[in-house]
Amino acid sequence: MADPALFEFLHTEMVAELWAHHSDPGPGVSAGPRGEEARAAAGKKMSLCVLEGMGFRVGQALGERLPQETLAFREELDILKFLCKDLWVAVFQKQMDSLRTNHQGTYVLQDNSFPLLIRMASGLQYLEEAPKFLAFTCGLLRGALCILGIKSLVTASVASLPTCKFQVVIQKT
Amino acid sequence: MAVCVAVIAKENYPLYIRSIPTENELKFHYMVHTSLDVVDEKISAMGKALVDQRELYLGLLYPTEDYKVYGYVTNSKVKFVMVVDSSNTALRDNEIRSMFRKLHNSYTDVMCNPFYNPGDHIQSSRAFDSMVTSMMIQVC
Repeated sequence: MADPALFEFLHTEMVAELWAHHSDPGPGVSAGPRGEEARAAAGKKMSLCVLEGMGFRVGQALGERLPQETLAFREELDILKFLCKDLWVAVFQKQMDSLRTNHQGTYVLQDNSFPLLIRMASGLQYLEEAPKFLAFTCGLLRGALCILGIKSLVTASVASLPTCKFQVVIQKT
Repeated sequence: MAVCVAVIAKENYPLYIRSIPTENELKFHYMVHTSLDVVDEKISAMGKALVDQRELYLGLLYPTEDYKVYGYVTNSKVKFVMVVDSSNTALRDNEIRSMFRKLHNSYTDVMCNPFYNPGDHIQSSRAFDSMVTSMMIQVC
């Protein structure tokens, strides 16, 4: 459909813009030198929450639109497979490289060349910067799962760019 | 042509319900409410079936003496219920399916609207309203 580079550029700018404001989270945090660090940490968390929230709403819309033509999902694993194949292809033009599960509600999705990280570096450089580029995608997965009926917690981890793992833990109520 | 169209959320509350003869609306609301039980039955029966018949269209839910009620469930467990006049015998299965498909497309468009919060009533979408009006019977 559209050029994949368009989304990559937009995403980069989103992260840059939200990160730039993180040094000013607002009132309620103490002043002073220790306060500075607390403010910075609170601001960082806020930016990550905002990014994840954006991804969540987009995931909800995608979760409604993409499975429109497919048959009803029969079980949880079908939904995860849909995420790894159809959703990933629609957003990143490639499939997820591996899906593992412990059959007790935890799934690990691994992408060996994640398109949002692949332009940055290959290896251990920029490892500390990588998490903020994954927040939107975590929200995307959580939103799509939510609209398909699965409450979950999604976290991401990077061992070395551009390989990253998304861990989905299903919340049983 | 439909007499009443309803969109029910996953948690079984109505997101959108509209019927054409605007007097006696309560009767249609009640019919839609009772049809939810039948929808739930069909969904659980579908889950247990080993055949690859996991369709979204549920078909005729139940007929009454004046009306027929049809159902459709999406992958996000949002249900569409449509009540049609029994006297309109020219209405075939294919036509009902295409009406549901149009409903599904419009609902997806509403969902993608950034000003719409999932779970709210669908009240400010003119496109959705006009699509539903086009499906309903022309009563003068």
